[in-house]
Amino acid sequence: MKKNEGHEQTGIKPLIPDRKVGIIGYGAYVPRYRLPGTEVARIWTDGTSGSPVKEKAVAGLDEDVATMSIEAARNALARAGIAANELRAVWVGSESHPYAVKPTGTIVAEAIGAVPSIQAADFQFACKAGTEAIVAAIALVGSNMADYAMGIGMDIAQGRPGDSLEYTASSGGAAYILGPAEKSLAEIEAVYSYVTDTPDFWRRQEQKYPEHGQRFTGEPAYFKHITEAGKALMDALKMKPEDFAYGVFHQPNTKFPQRAGSLLGFKPEQTAVGLLSPVIGNTYAGASIIGLTAILDQAKPGERILLVSYGSGAGSDAFVIKVTEAITERQKLATLTADYIQRRTEIDYATYARYRGKLAMK
Amino acid sequence: MEIPRHWRLKQQRYALVGEVCPHCDAKIFPPRDVCPECGGEAREAYNFSGKGEVYSFTRMGEGPAGFEEQAPYTVALVKLAEGPVVTAQLTDLGDTKVEIGMPVEMVTRRIRQDGDERGMIVYGYKFRPVMQG
Ligand SMILES: [Zn+2]
Repeated sequence: MKKNEGHEQTGIKPLIPDRKVGIIGYGAYVPRYRLPGTEVARIWTDGTSGSPVKEKAVAGLDEDVATMSIEAARNALARAGIAANELRAVWVGSESHPYAVKPTGTIVAEAIGAVPSIQAADFQFACKAGTEAIVAAIALVGSNMADYAMGIGMDIAQGRPGDSLEYTASSGGAAYILGPAEKSLAEIEAVYSYVTDTPDFWRRQEQKYPEHGQRFTGEPAYFKHITEAGKALMDALKMKPEDFAYGVFHQPNTKFPQRAGSLLGFKPEQTAVGLLSPVIGNTYAGASIIGLTAILDQAKPGERILLVSYGSGAGSDAFVIKVTEAITERQKLATLTADYIQRRTEIDYATYARYRGKLAMK
Repeated sequence: MEIPRHWRLKQQRYALVGEVCPHCDAKIFPPRDVCPECGGEAREAYNFSGKGEVYSFTRMGEGPAGFEEQAPYTVALVKLAEGPVVTAQLTDLGDTKVEIGMPVEMVTRRIRQDGDERGMIVYGYKFRPVMQG
């Protein structure tokens, strides 16, 4: 049998719909509370360990993936300037849907007023569930079956108390409305996904916390998939890192996306704006796409962005996005991502434990 | 079990959907199909902006059944920009000191769960301090 090492990378065919598609509106959400890494270290290592992020965003007692998605979706609608009932799909990607059975998408769609003539479903693919939902939305619009479709990536990530993931597992995400490119604030020029079966991280049915395969998390998983997807798409479009004003990558911590960027040939100044994990942590399905909201908040017409997500299990979706003239007037139509980050109330470990259901009440 | 009631009220609870009176243009919340201002029939749906201000408030040290886990919390009478006054919980206060006249905005949040952790989750409106931007 022929060895399938690295898979065939020359001549890959990116996803490019017949009808050009773009981002019509986008919206972020970051909850108010912040848990500093020093607080996690104080509890579990007597303050001796460093944290992979400065602090992480923590959702309040009355928040979940549905409520956070609703706010991001309302922000996206405000920027899109369309009526909610013009949407033909509301797809939510997450690994922390509030129900095991009962879609988050229906709750979000009802709350924003998009029901009943829509597709609604929940996507699951670890941290790339959000970009997978966006790819599906691109396909729905690109095939001309719909004019507008919404894809959301949102998580309330749970790390086992004391586990290394507890420093970073955070809450937040973003919503995107895809529509015809001529009405967009940024055109999606092409998409390419790179997927394999890689056991780096998982959570079994009915388990509260995830497990990770230590030696699998870095090179063969995160870096391999992100660089393969990003390189293949740039090659297929005959583009180079210098053609991009910005790069944004899945951000489970501070160092991984910095290194992924450098492996793809991006300079730190290209990736700085979209790198939010140091101040909000790893929002899982929201991580790369909330980074993109921060970029879009300040992007200028004509600028190109490379986004590459990563989801354990494993896969990456790469997007080449080109900002249009419409961006300037729509940036201010909803709360900026920087304003969400600035709205900040620091909490201690005990409050965090209460807010995130880590105290047994019975 | 109150599932039918939750289901019937979902639009007004999720998104502050009320009514507008076709005779005198009064905005009505909660919807009651009859205008409280002129007594005329009013069935047209109206989406409230969600903006308002604190009219009065009280701190709840202990919550009633279904709300215990959220205590302590603040309940306010919120005067909506369009006129009606609604009772709702304030959320995302952080270190914010609540004051009468404080501008607030509607958010959709978990209100409680029906029964225990096996029951349906009830979502609805709350208000938080207005965000910048
Ligand atoms: Zn009237």
